[in-house]
Amino acid sequence: MKTENKAVDIDRNRGDFAYPEVHIRDAGRGLSEKTIHYISDVKEDPDWVREFRLRGLKTFLEKPLPTHWASKDLEAIDFDKIRYYLAPGSGAKRSWEEVPEDIKRTFERLGIPEQERKFLAGVEAQFDSEAVYSNIKKAVGEQGVIFVGSTEGLKNHPEIFRKWFGKVIPIGDNKFSALNSAVFSGGSFIYIPPGVKVKHPLQAYFRINAESFGQFERTLIIADEGSEVTYMEGCTAPKFETVALHSAVVELVALKGAKLQYITVQNWSSNVFNLVTKRGLAHENAEIKWIDCNIGSRLTMKYPGVVLKGRKARGEVLSIALAGNGQHQDTGAKMIHAADETTSNIISKSISIGTGRATYRGLVHVPKHLKHCKNNTECDALLINSTSRTDTYPAITVRGTGNSVQHEASVSQVSAEQIFYMQQRGLSEAQAMSLSVNGFVNDLVRQFPMEYSVELKRLIELEMEGSVG
Amino acid sequence: MNRRSEDRRSYPMSSIAPAEIVSSKAILSGPIESGDLPHWFREQQRAAWEKFESIPRPTRKDQAWRFSNVDLLDLVPFKFTPELSDDDRRNVLQYSHGLDEFSGRMIFAGDQLVERNIVSEELKKRGVIFQPLERAMVEHTDLFRKYFMSTEASLGSAKFAALHQALVSSGTFLFVPRGVEIEAPIEIFHWLRGENVSVFPHLLLVADELAKVTVVEHFRSCDQRAPGFACGVNDLIAGPGAKVTYVCAQNWGNNVVALQMNTTAVDHGASAMSLNLNLGSRYSRFESLSRLVGEGARSDLLAVAVAMNEQEFDARTLQDHISPQTASDLLYKNALDDRARCTFGGLIRVEPHAHFTDAYQKVRNLLLSDDSEANSMPGLEILADNVRCTHGATSGQINEDEMFYLHSRGIPTKVAQGLIVTGFLNEVIQRLDQPSIADYLRGLIDRKFGRSR
Repeated sequence: MKTENKAVDIDRNRGDFAYPEVHIRDAGRGLSEKTIHYISDVKEDPDWVREFRLRGLKTFLEKPLPTHWASKDLEAIDFDKIRYYLAPGSGAKRSWEEVPEDIKRTFERLGIPEQERKFLAGVEAQFDSEAVYSNIKKAVGEQGVIFVGSTEGLKNHPEIFRKWFGKVIPIGDNKFSALNSAVFSGGSFIYIPPGVKVKHPLQAYFRINAESFGQFERTLIIADEGSEVTYMEGCTAPKFETVALHSAVVELVALKGAKLQYITVQNWSSNVFNLVTKRGLAHENAEIKWIDCNIGSRLTMKYPGVVLKGRKARGEVLSIALAGNGQHQDTGAKMIHAADETTSNIISKSISIGTGRATYRGLVHVPKHLKHCKNNTECDALLINSTSRTDTYPAITVRGTGNSVQHEASVSQVSAEQIFYMQQRGLSEAQAMSLSVNGFVNDLVRQFPMEYSVELKRLIELEMEGSVG
Repeated sequence: MNRRSEDRRSYPMSSIAPAEIVSSKAILSGPIESGDLPHWFREQQRAAWEKFESIPRPTRKDQAWRFSNVDLLDLVPFKFTPELSDDDRRNVLQYSHGLDEFSGRMIFAGDQLVERNIVSEELKKRGVIFQPLERAMVEHTDLFRKYFMSTEASLGSAKFAALHQALVSSGTFLFVPRGVEIEAPIEIFHWLRGENVSVFPHLLLVADELAKVTVVEHFRSCDQRAPGFACGVNDLIAGPGAKVTYVCAQNWGNNVVALQMNTTAVDHGASAMSLNLNLGSRYSRFESLSRLVGEGARSDLLAVAVAMNEQEFDARTLQDHISPQTASDLLYKNALDDRARCTFGGLIRVEPHAHFTDAYQKVRNLLLSDDSEANSMPGLEILADNVRCTHGATSGQINEDEMFYLHSRGIPTKVAQGLIVTGFLNEVIQRLDQPSIADYLRGLIDRKFGRSR
């Protein structure tokens, strides 16, 4: 392996290993009220959480699969075969020494402890349903930053947790947010006190180890007035023949003047359905930025959104999707303008290779009586092979005279002239192709933190090998 | 409204009486059993009626009806138009002014043929067929059956296409044979006459190899305030190398609910251009399916809407690239004032193997009031790789600098606004490249803004 900084592992094969299961807590297969009570009992949930879960289950069962607009592939998920809760039994440890040997080895192979030492302000590592490790640097903790698992958050910090939990994304937002509300476990709870600027990123790493497993982490990040934080998540799973499900809910709250950046590098194995609901609430002058890279999974459906609630709030989604053979990256963004002078920016780039399919779905909503709202949307798609596919489905609503919205999308293929030119300079066709694709995403990748851009570029080089001809 | 009391030109009256006598019963009571239409056609109508009844009413949850005000599609009040009196006919004729020059025209009121001004002897001799639907289906049965409603309505209105087929009683059939070029446009008028009445306008245009033709349809109401329902279909077939231009000036009364379903099939080397001007109605939905079936086909889809008060215009389009080397270009512009709403849902679809496709789609909304609303859903589905497809959608308001400039020249706000809007919409109309039609359309727009030229 190379020696450069790896914030999150995004090499396809590196995550493809599994250790024997060592779970003490197991809710079994299938989903019923019994499952909910089992999870609530094990986690010693307060009553309001148990009720919240039961309402989630009811909503989940009532709502149909959204196949009237989404991929029919969703029907391949057999909700009766999925295992909804698996945990090694004890809570999250504060040092790696206390983490059980197999699990520790997993994360060591993924390079997490090493990265923590190098440049992270805090790390949480989730193994199947529960966090096994959670720690922040002492200096950061002393500033009053809270970085714990969601279970710990709701128990130890109920006064902040309950105020915002489920407020940005209600139970009934969609079928999968309801499912998450029913069986959520793990994920992070983060609180940044007013004025605190966390210099280094906080990171969570999500690992699925068991077969036919469903991971339902729930993350809530609250950046109080004038604070700043960057959160990164990475994820991998071993490749099994059976379907695995990852259905997270992530809620962000940026209070007045806060800046929140959320970075995802999604590299699930090709048996994982990744159906995630992510939304942020930006108050006055606050900024929420989603950086979203989707490389893995069988089907990803993810449309990070920002509700621009306060004057001069800003929202941004930068998204890169790479759809390889058999993959469908159905991604996009939502921007709900709800105050004057709010601005939003969406830039999406997708690359479809082989039989891969990349879809962009967008929603931009500017209601009436708002003044000086602006949105800019750009989506560009690159098609590599004749079997590749790309779709764009934006929906834009604008009312009133004070606002302006523009949307642009283009689809193209790698220019034959460019390839010819590079070959004529002595590059192989594969090298030329790789260079050309890197050029396509370069202006976007440049805006990413350094560690990511290097990794992404390398990954694209890997992916492009053998895709020509 | 276009009610010029100027010269009453007289046109030779057609000798053909309306083919059937319709009673004023409710349209939801089903097809009228008329002995005049051929048996096979009535069979088709019965089957279509069953289909209409079996398909549920659209809801806003249907992707194809997202943002649409589906509550307005209550068909209970609407009736067939009773038989027109001679006075009615004279009246309709009096106001049926459109272009100054035309090669032939038909005028319908309440789906009853009021006048047919046939094409010249010479064109007739060369084989041009310009007939009411009910006559064409008897005299040119094979040709008619081959093309009549042969493409499934796939943009959401399958139910209403079935309703149209079940209840259509007249319309226009135009066949232009191989190599025939008709210079001046063919004109068709459809009038709504009466309270709560309905019409089912139909146009079937078949242009054979290398033929060339322009058709202009006018949709109008005799009474601007009368509620009414229009459910029309127009199918355009451009054979190899043919050139077809279709213009629709929709100017129904302010309380009319209207649906219009178009399919255009463009064969190899052929080109089709359509322009829809939407000015009238309370709610008007226009579905346009452009199928590029032959290599080298080209389709231009243009539309202009001026929406005021509570008007809602709802456009759904599909540019379906089926063959390689095809091109399509869509440009829709809406100017919205008061509480008006416009919805655009459009898709460029490039089928597998349709390589070297060049497709473009552009929607621009100009919002003139705080309560107006524009919804845009420009979509792309690309299943081939060697393509160039782009789309853009913008929504904004009048540029303050432009207003300031006009103010500084002493032009009052309202006039300045009008000038800017006209300029904004003019880009679309100019694309037609037919100055006399463009002038006519600009005149209609000006009248809507209350300016006479």
